[in-house]
Amino acid sequence: MDADSLSYIFLNAAIINNFVLALFLGICPILGVSGKLGTAFPMGVASAFVMLIASLAAYGINIVLGYFELEFLSLIAYIAVIASAVQLVEMVVKKFSPPLYRALGIFLPLITTNCAILGVALFQTSYEYDFLQSVTYSLGAGAGFILAIVLMAGLREQVDLADVPSVARGAAMSLMLAGVLSLAFMGFAGLGG
Amino acid sequence: MAAKREQEPITMDTFLSGIWRENPVFVMLLGMCPVLAVTNTTENALAMGLATTFVLVCSTGLVSILRDFIPKEVRIASYIVIIASFVTVVDYAIQAISLDIYNALGAFIQLIVANCMILGRAEAFASRKPLGKTLIDALGVGAGFTLALLCLGTVRELLGAGEILGIQVFADSFEPWVIMLLPPGGFFVLAGWLLLFAWIKERQNKRAAAGKEATADGR
Repeated sequence: MDADSLSYIFLNAAIINNFVLALFLGICPILGVSGKLGTAFPMGVASAFVMLIASLAAYGINIVLGYFELEFLSLIAYIAVIASAVQLVEMVVKKFSPPLYRALGIFLPLITTNCAILGVALFQTSYEYDFLQSVTYSLGAGAGFILAIVLMAGLREQVDLADVPSVARGAAMSLMLAGVLSLAFMGFAGLGG
Repeated sequence: MAAKREQEPITMDTFLSGIWRENPVFVMLLGMCPVLAVTNTTENALAMGLATTFVLVCSTGLVSILRDFIPKEVRIASYIVIIASFVTVVDYAIQAISLDIYNALGAFIQLIVANCMILGRAEAFASRKPLGKTLIDALGVGAGFTLALLCLGTVRELLGAGEILGIQVFADSFEPWVIMLLPPGGFFVLAGWLLLFAWIKERQNKRAAAGKEATADGR
């Protein structure tokens, strides 16, 4: 497969270089919200949506800042856009699904500090993707994030029922699960050459 | 009320609690992304820890100075912009000091912005406390963060390459565990450290409980 083709970019972002399991981005929500499948999936979708907005905005910001030669402001501009997008998502969720809003709690505003989202903006800039490639990349990254958080939630729901030594309960167990998942995802490294 | 707050003494405990009792990584589980991503060598871990500490101290200091001027409604956005400015400074500074480290850390320097530990500290501590106390607290938390990064970095480098800071430790016959340098290694080593701390804590609790029972029996 050609490294610049859209299908490769999507697969690369979603599976081969999965944002959570291979690049370690967005670990906080993964550890925080992946307790139950019911909250994990909406959280994944909300994050993926913000990723898409951030990616579109970053593309625009790069053009504008490049025109005025103000590249050193790019980081501040990205994070401001992400913070506003998260605010938007928060308002939408609060309006349409108050129970979900309560279930996600503090982790909804914390999407702002989800490095996966800023990561999309930064990586697509450093790879110099064009518009279509950027959108594909952010969609792939979002799909990968949803995949990872849902997989983790499914595993953790099972582990909750298992007899785990009290020392390993909680974060240590989640990290070990993430490690095993990450091992499994390494197997995709050969995909696409 | 404000005057009363100012009088709280700055003790050694303000500094130490960030390192042990409220360690951002091992206890609060904040800022995990850089912890896992850049700790494949000791050198990277140290650079990342120092960079993060610098941003933490500067931004919480500024937040503390401005705490009476920032309107409550837009505080998160203001904090983020302050943090982003200092991260930009660090980004250019590291690029000027050492291009090798800059390339090794890659996008993770800029991703310090999204480190929830810094925003958490600004929101929970700096926005309410005077400058001096905030700075000491930030230094403590930063030291705890750097220490945690070093914990991971040394173990991963030692097992993954048989070296520490590029100096060979094990004999040539040692077969490096390459997996430790790859992503799964980061998860496993951090899980291992968490297990160790949980075990120590549990033993302490058991001892304390046993001690209490003994004194209760004595009476």
